[in-house]
Amino acid sequence: MSETRKNYVRPLDLKHGQVDMAHGSGGRAMAQLIEELFAKYLGNEYLAQGDDGALLPPLGAGKLVMATDCHVVSPLFFPGGDIGCLSVHGTINDVAMMGAQPLWLAAGFILEEGFPLSDLARIVQSMAAAAKEAGVPIVTGDTKVVERGKGDGVFITTTGVGVVAPGMELSGNKARPGDAILVSGTLGDHGMAIMAERESLGFDSLIVSDTAALHGLIAAMRASGAEIHVLRDPTRGGLATTLNEIARQSGVGMMLQEKALPVQPAVSAACEFLGLDPLYVANEGKLVAICAAGDAEKLLSAMRAHPLGGAAAIVGTVHVDDHHFVQMTTSFGGKRIVDWLSGDQLPRIC
Amino acid sequence: MKYIDEFRDGEVAQGIAGAIAREVNPDRRYHFMEFCGGHTHAISRYGVTDLLPPNVQMIHGPGCPVCVLPIGRVDQAIKLALEQEVTLCTYGDCLRVPASDGLSLLKAKARGGDIRMIYSSADALALAQKYPERQVVFFAIGFETTTPPTAVVIRQAAALGLKNFSVLCCHVLTPSAMASILQSPEIGVSGTVQIDGFIGPAHVSTIIGSRPYEFVAAEYGKPVVIAGFEPLDVMQAVRMLIRQVNEGRAEVENEFSRAVDRNGNVKAQKLVAEVFELRETFEWRGLGVLPHSALQIRQEFAEFDAEKRFPLDYVPVADHQACDCAAILRGVKKPQDCKLFGTVCTPENAIGSCMVSSEGACAAHYSYGRYKDV
Repeated sequence: MSETRKNYVRPLDLKHGQVDMAHGSGGRAMAQLIEELFAKYLGNEYLAQGDDGALLPPLGAGKLVMATDCHVVSPLFFPGGDIGCLSVHGTINDVAMMGAQPLWLAAGFILEEGFPLSDLARIVQSMAAAAKEAGVPIVTGDTKVVERGKGDGVFITTTGVGVVAPGMELSGNKARPGDAILVSGTLGDHGMAIMAERESLGFDSLIVSDTAALHGLIAAMRASGAEIHVLRDPTRGGLATTLNEIARQSGVGMMLQEKALPVQPAVSAACEFLGLDPLYVANEGKLVAICAAGDAEKLLSAMRAHPLGGAAAIVGTVHVDDHHFVQMTTSFGGKRIVDWLSGDQLPRIC
Repeated sequence: MKYIDEFRDGEVAQGIAGAIAREVNPDRRYHFMEFCGGHTHAISRYGVTDLLPPNVQMIHGPGCPVCVLPIGRVDQAIKLALEQEVTLCTYGDCLRVPASDGLSLLKAKARGGDIRMIYSSADALALAQKYPERQVVFFAIGFETTTPPTAVVIRQAAALGLKNFSVLCCHVLTPSAMASILQSPEIGVSGTVQIDGFIGPAHVSTIIGSRPYEFVAAEYGKPVVIAGFEPLDVMQAVRMLIRQVNEGRAEVENEFSRAVDRNGNVKAQKLVAEVFELRETFEWRGLGVLPHSALQIRQEFAEFDAEKRFPLDYVPVADHQACDCAAILRGVKKPQDCKLFGTVCTPENAIGSCMVSSEGACAAHYSYGRYKDV
C-alpha cells in the first residue's frame, strides 16, 4: 500500500492547483501546504521540529543583530531572480551590513486566494536555493491567505538573526571627514530589470537583477584588515538616498565624482530613455562602504578580488558640512547636489 | 551611450567655457532665458552655470509642461476620476501637480480614483480597448512635442470606432508663451527685467521648426538660439547668444541642427492641424489667460473630446497667495526669492507647480543647486 493511500491524503496539485482560503485556515489543508511545499523544499533540522517556534542553539560572544524586510515586488518573477530569492538576499544583506554573520531566517507569507500553487512552488524553491547557497537556513515561518483582490499574489516578510563579528562596530553614524566612499559594483541593475519587465513599458532589455547575498563579500572585506566605518546596501532610493541617510546620521557632507560611478551602459541607456537617474534606482546585490582614507585602496582590492565586487570603485569622499549635503562633481565639470529621492522616481515627459 | 556621451563631454565643455570667457565683454552683463524646462534641468543637473562667467546669467523660462498647467485643469481631471469614475491616464509628473482642496491626481488615486501613469498616449488607447466597459480619458498636456502623439490616438480611436475613449486636451503653444513673456509688464513695458536673448526649445522645435520664433528677433529685437537638451548644447547656445549680443545682431540661429530645421516636421504639423484647432483663449499658470495659445479638438472629432462628453465646466482657481510661481515662470523672480521656497514648499509638499517637475525652476534649484544659497 502506498504512503498516500495509507494516510488517505490526496497530494497537492502543484501543477494546476491554486491557493484557497483553506490553506490559511489552520486546518488540514494548511498542514498539507506546509508539509508538501514549505517543509519539503526549505527543510532543515530546526524547521523539522514542527513547534510554534524554532529552538536554536546558544550563541557565543558577540552582539546579536536582528533585521526584517517585507517584499512586495511586482512582477514576482523578473530577469535574474524572483520574490523568493530576493526575500532571502534582502534580509541576509540587512543583517550583514551591521557587520554580522547571518545565522537564521524566519519567513512570513501572505498569499492571495487564487494564486497558482505552481508559482508558489517556484518561489519557495528559489528561496530554498538562495538560503542554501548563502548557508543561512529558514528555521521558522508562517502563512496567511487573504481573499482574492486583497493581495498581489504573494507578499513575503523575512526576518534574520546574526552575530556581530569581532572588531566590526559598524553604524551609519560612523562616517568621518576624510573617509573614502566605495561601491561594490554597477548601480541600478535591479531597479531597471524590474522597470523593463513591467508590462506598460514595452521595451526589451538584457538587464538582469543583481540580487545576491553579500555576507561573503563582506567577510572578504573584513579579512583585508581595512578600517571599515559604515556598510549599507543601497536598495530602494538607490545610492543617492543611502548616502543622504548616512550623511545625516554621521553629521557630515559628501562629495561624489560622477566619472567614478560604475553604471552598465544598458542601465544608463534605459534610464536615459525613461528620464530616470541611476543614482536613485534600486540595487539588491550591491553595498556602499565608507572606510578610513588610507585603507581605501586595500579595501578596493579585496572587493575586486571577490566575485560580487569585480566592478567595485572608489566614488567619493566624506567632508565637514553642517548642512549634510551630498554633492557631486559632474563629469561635465560642474557641481550639484545629489538630493534625497523625492516621492517615486517619475519619468519626465518632454 | 552613443550620441549622448559626446554631448556631455567635460573636456569639450572646458573648451567652450574658455571661449565664452574670452568672448564676453567684461563691462556688461548678459541675461539669457532658457525657455524650456529641459534646458533648466540640464543646466542644474550638470552644473552648467559653474562653467559660465559671473556676468552671464541664466533666467529660467516657463517651458515646463506641468508648471504652466493651471489648477482648474487639474481639478477637471480629478473630477473626471472621482465623480465620473473614469479611468484617467496621464504622464508621470502630472500626477503630483497640486490642485484644489489639497488634492493632486496622486492623492485622488489614494481616494479611490482609477488614475494611471502612462508613458505614451498609445497606452491610454490600449487601456480603452482592453476595458470596453470603462470610460478611459487621456489627460493630454504638454507643448508641441507631445501634441502629435495625442493627434495619432484620436485618429486611431475614430478609425476603431471606440466609444469609451476621450481626451481632455490641454496642449499649449510655445510661441504664444514667448510672446506673452516679451509683452509682460516687467520685461516688455518697464524693462525692469532684462532679457538679452533666448535659448529656444529643443524638442518642440523638431516639430514646429525654427520659423515660428522669427518674430522674436524681428519684432522684439531679441536673439534666439535653438539648442538641444544636452549640457554642451546649452554651452554652445550661450556662446552663440553672446556673439549675437556683442555684434548687435538679433537672429534666430540653430545650434540643434542635428534635429531641427526651419520648417520642422511637416507631417506631424499636418496631423495636428487635422485633429486640433486653436482655442480662443486658455489660462496658463503664471502667465494668465492668453489668446490663441492652446489647442482644442476639432468638431469632426468632438466625440473624443472629454470636455464635450462629460459635464466639465472650467473654473479658474487662483494660486496660493504667497506663491511666486507666476513671477518665477516669467523670469521676474528667482526660486529663492519666494518666501515659501524650501520652507513651506518643497518637492515632498509642493505648493506651486514649479516645485513639482524636475524641469520646474524651483524643483531644479532645490534638488541640485540649493547648496549655493547657504
